[in-house]
Amino acid sequence: MKIVADKPRMLTDTPLHYCPGCAHGIVHKLVAEVLDELGKVDGAIGVVPVGCSVFGYKYFKCDVLEAAHGRAPAVASAIRRVVNPDNMIFTYQGDGDLASIGMAETVHACMRGENITIIFINNGIYGMTGGQMAPTTMPGEKATTCVYGRDPKVNGNPVRMCEMLATLTGPAYIERVSVYDVPHVNKTKAAIKKAFQMQMEKKGLSFIEVVANCPTNYHMTALESMQFVKEKGCEFYPLGVYKDITKEEK
Amino acid sequence: MQKLTISGFGGQGVLSLGKFISYSAIEQNLNTSWLPSYGPEMRGGTANCSVIYSAEEIAAPVIDKADILIAFNEPSLDKFENTVREGGIIIVNSDIVKKETTRKDVKFYQIPVDTLASAINKRGANVYTLGLLLPIFGDISEEAAIHAVEHVFESKPKVIPSNIECLKAGIAYMKDLLK
Amino acid sequence: MKKLWKGNEAIAEAAVAAGCRYFFGYPITPQNEIPEYLSWRLPEVGGAFIQAESEVSAINMVYGAAGAGARCMTSSSSPGISLKQEGISYIAGAELPCVIVNIMRSGPGLGGIQPAQGDYFQATKGGGHGDYHPIVYAPCSIQEFVDITYSAFDIADKYRTPVMIIGDGMLGQMMEPAEIPPMRDLSTLPDKNDWAACGHSDGIPRIINSLRIEADENEEFNLRLFEKYAVIAQNETKHEYYEIDDAEIVFVAYGSVARICKAAVVELRANGIKAGLIRPITLYPYPTDAVAEVAKKDCVKKFITVEMSMGQMVEDVRLAVNGLKPVEFYGRCGGNVMMPADLVKYVKEGK
Repeated sequence: MKIVADKPRMLTDTPLHYCPGCAHGIVHKLVAEVLDELGKVDGAIGVVPVGCSVFGYKYFKCDVLEAAHGRAPAVASAIRRVVNPDNMIFTYQGDGDLASIGMAETVHACMRGENITIIFINNGIYGMTGGQMAPTTMPGEKATTCVYGRDPKVNGNPVRMCEMLATLTGPAYIERVSVYDVPHVNKTKAAIKKAFQMQMEKKGLSFIEVVANCPTNYHMTALESMQFVKEKGCEFYPLGVYKDITKEEK
Repeated sequence: MQKLTISGFGGQGVLSLGKFISYSAIEQNLNTSWLPSYGPEMRGGTANCSVIYSAEEIAAPVIDKADILIAFNEPSLDKFENTVREGGIIIVNSDIVKKETTRKDVKFYQIPVDTLASAINKRGANVYTLGLLLPIFGDISEEAAIHAVEHVFESKPKVIPSNIECLKAGIAYMKDLLK
Repeated sequence: MKKLWKGNEAIAEAAVAAGCRYFFGYPITPQNEIPEYLSWRLPEVGGAFIQAESEVSAINMVYGAAGAGARCMTSSSSPGISLKQEGISYIAGAELPCVIVNIMRSGPGLGGIQPAQGDYFQATKGGGHGDYHPIVYAPCSIQEFVDITYSAFDIADKYRTPVMIIGDGMLGQMMEPAEIPPMRDLSTLPDKNDWAACGHSDGIPRIINSLRIEADENEEFNLRLFEKYAVIAQNETKHEYYEIDDAEIVFVAYGSVARICKAAVVELRANGIKAGLIRPITLYPYPTDAVAEVAKKDCVKKFITVEMSMGQMVEDVRLAVNGLKPVEFYGRCGGNVMMPADLVKYVKEGK
């Protein structure tokens, strides 16, 4: 019998704890597929955050360190110096983890140009803790700590990480993608693949932001939440390549 | 055993004089400790260090009553003259320190260290002072001090001869004074 | 021959000799010589140094390097050690071996940069959140800094636990003759292949983690952690007695203060007063038995705990003495250091 589809070798059999319709499952699978396809599952080291993907170590079938909230890029930077340069190192972080409490770690790992890959899930909300305002919650968007919607005068403004990090010399590749439909899932996979390929070529830090959804805390159906990501999320957070040193080299 | 307080402006070689004494003590197979003041006063203000050497284990590295005070400037004399034990010694660099000590119960030496040393080596004041101290110590040999100088200037061998000359001149000067 | 070593640099070179190859730190006085030294020394021996963006990052880099199986360390001074507490708790929770040096300065807050011992509670009673203790050593000389640093990495590996070495600004800055032990052959270091997440290819993921979301699982972990601490207490508790045999007045002090007490003991004995000293070398586990034994002796009239703080270790002394004898406290703080004469006067005049 011919196998036409299979689960990536890099995913364990543990059932995902994510809510129905959540983008985390999709991105987990993409990261696993890419490392499978690149033949880089062996020796891969993941660093998972605090937030919804805190249990990442149960799903990724490779060595994994569960980092303190926001500290994954610091943890990964140290590992980079300890292990074989050919081992793939990635962090997988949400917006509260990466862009709020871990902003310094993120920016400085990028400044150092660490040869690692950062996968950044931006759904504009704190999912695990119950829907509080994130550093990427959009103006007007409701959260449990800004119940009438984010008012920049009161709550400050959200941050666009790709745009900000693209101003730095350190990173090699920065792209913002989304997973609201199949073509974009494919584009996301291509971006993640390129990110790891660049790490394999020791080009430096690659940063992939995935504009994602949170149906539970948006109080939407899965489909509605993806529609919201497409119409509102990707409008505020435009998709595209923000930095690519391989293009600059040409 | 000797307990010394060495004090002066930052940059006068106060801390390195202390190190020369400690290294000489090591060369003489003695125990020693060197404790610097640290912090903002090191930058432009006064710097000082406490140096102890002894044949015994050194308990406290801090000094409440010093055997010898070396003051390279007047604020140092003011600050530390009352911490010298009765019958102790105060040496001042008289090129800079113009006043006398208020203490009547100590031996007081006013020595133009900068002038004397710079005739040999412009940066030799601290090694010259080490030379001044050896006849007072009595238990650290000239050879030990020479080894210490050679050790400290290991990476700058060119300056070793003139520093040894400073050391010997300091020893001769103090021997003369003690006659 | 012995070489004159500054405390901070002696710690750094002893760490290199012990096989430590990774250091992560952030500048703060009075410990700067440690990162400065290691920034050039580690690359010489094939290691790496990162000046981290913060103490928080530095300790989490330690988490990463230790989790990947490397001998690594960080150092800081009091306010910076406060920032590291989150990471130390995670390191204890993930059972990772590492060495953390605290060259204490005075607090609270930004405080001052002069020597102090105000971080005793923080070091020995946990510091960060949750039930855990690092092993805490308090050396009193540069040679002891060297010897303890050299063995600390082995102790950390043996028990898979963070080890903290605490000194103060005086010990960090002072110089004394010391001998660095020979460089460890890295091939003789413990094999961590069964647990370290260093990128395995045998299909068995190694997980470094402190999350135990099920209450029973986490309780079981805490119980196991404290069984480990009991073994550590049995094997690793260290102290020094000085002139204790016939002592009537017993000082208890650690680190540089213990040396000031030693000088006071000598002077008091010269004055016909039988004084002695108990110097805890491990602050956690605390040498409770060593203090309790002395408390039982008939000749002992009282204990005087001496600290550069408002009185922290004195609580452990009181627990150990358990009411058998009076326990007094003498302290200076804010960066001030007591002199031996102050202690002699205190014993003679009671103030």
